[in-house]
Amino acid sequence: MDSVVGTGGEVAIFWIIAPLMVIAALALLFARKPVHAAVGLIFVMIGMAFLYTMLEAPFLGVAQVVVYTGAIMILFVFVLMLVGVDAADAAVDTLKAQRWVAYVLGAGLVAVLAGVIVTATLPDAVGLEVANANTNPAGVAHVIFGATVFTLELVGVLLIVAALSAITLTHREALQQARNQKATVRLRQRAYARGEGSQVLTPMPAPGVYAEHNAADVPALDPYGRPIDISVPRVLRIRGQELDPASFDGHVAQIAEGRYLSRPPAPTPEQSAAALAAEADLERAVVTETVEDMLAEERGDLPEPESDHESEPTDDGRSDLEEKGDRS
Amino acid sequence: MTLMHYLVLSSILFTIGAVTVLTRRNAILAFMGVELMLNSCNLALVTFSRVHGQLTGQVMAFYVMVVAAAEVVVGLAIIVSIYRARRTVSVDEPSLLKG
Repeated sequence: MDSVVGTGGEVAIFWIIAPLMVIAALALLFARKPVHAAVGLIFVMIGMAFLYTMLEAPFLGVAQVVVYTGAIMILFVFVLMLVGVDAADAAVDTLKAQRWVAYVLGAGLVAVLAGVIVTATLPDAVGLEVANANTNPAGVAHVIFGATVFTLELVGVLLIVAALSAITLTHREALQQARNQKATVRLRQRAYARGEGSQVLTPMPAPGVYAEHNAADVPALDPYGRPIDISVPRVLRIRGQELDPASFDGHVAQIAEGRYLSRPPAPTPEQSAAALAAEADLERAVVTETVEDMLAEERGDLPEPESDHESEPTDDGRSDLEEKGDRS
Repeated sequence: MTLMHYLVLSSILFTIGAVTVLTRRNAILAFMGVELMLNSCNLALVTFSRVHGQLTGQVMAFYVMVVAAAEVVVGLAIIVSIYRARRTVSVDEPSLLKG
């Protein structure tokens, strides 16, 4: 069998690639993460393509890269991502000794196979110069579409069946109708009426935004200055990453005092002061009504007739509001 | 260096694949072991093709590749459907048929 393999290049490449392939294949056995094992297998398959090309089978070398590394391994990695990369092996083996028995049997299998191969008497290697005279792909095609054409047809049927079976296996019947927006709203209202589910029917309030802390982990404050817990995203609440708004009280008070206030450059100080005052007045006027309404509601009083309320916004109400405003 | 070395490499890879199938509990990894076994068989087939000077071995390897592709599609579909039903890819978990 020495007659064909002679070129130093082939020997060198074999002795470089073969040990690397074995090491990469061992990743399949010992890698903790499935993705590492997949990378090792991809390396083995590319090395295999090199070996095919050296063995005078360039068509199979190309097909190996296209089919195995290009399609099959991509499919493997895709499914790995689909079922979760962290799906690690079970920590406990059901059969404890099985691992070591498997290793011993594997070593025995290698010994037996290698022994058989080394001691076997094979005919002298012929080489493929004659068979590949008309280029290797042409020679392979001659065999595939000549002697084994019926097998090729069967393989075509097999591929179609495989594709259909994959579709059937992963197809899922719809167990219930897809919920549209109307149904979702109705379900939410029913849950609310039963006292389950969300505490509010309207969209959730936005989390609190402060002058120097603009983040989703601080709850918003209601008009009484109490934190609204549901304004913080559920995930943060479960993780316990919600911040206590009390830790911002000091800052808020200082902001309310105007300590951090940086006035925008105005044409004249008088103008800007006037504008600020007007703006503040407007805000107060708007908020006063709301707060007073809510306070009245809480006390159980009926809101005063609209005409009275509108005609006489008292000074008392305003000062009352200023306190509230400072707190919130 | 003879063509024997290719066959020895092929048998080593086959054994690694077989031991992978036996020891790994992750269904996808076990499946990768099957792929490695198929590949090593292909290497042996191509080597023998060169020994005998005939292309039949290469054609056989080609058919093994095609069938392996079909097998991977079905096998991975089964793994995905098992994962959907049981939220696991461990080969130890689905044991409904155990008496």
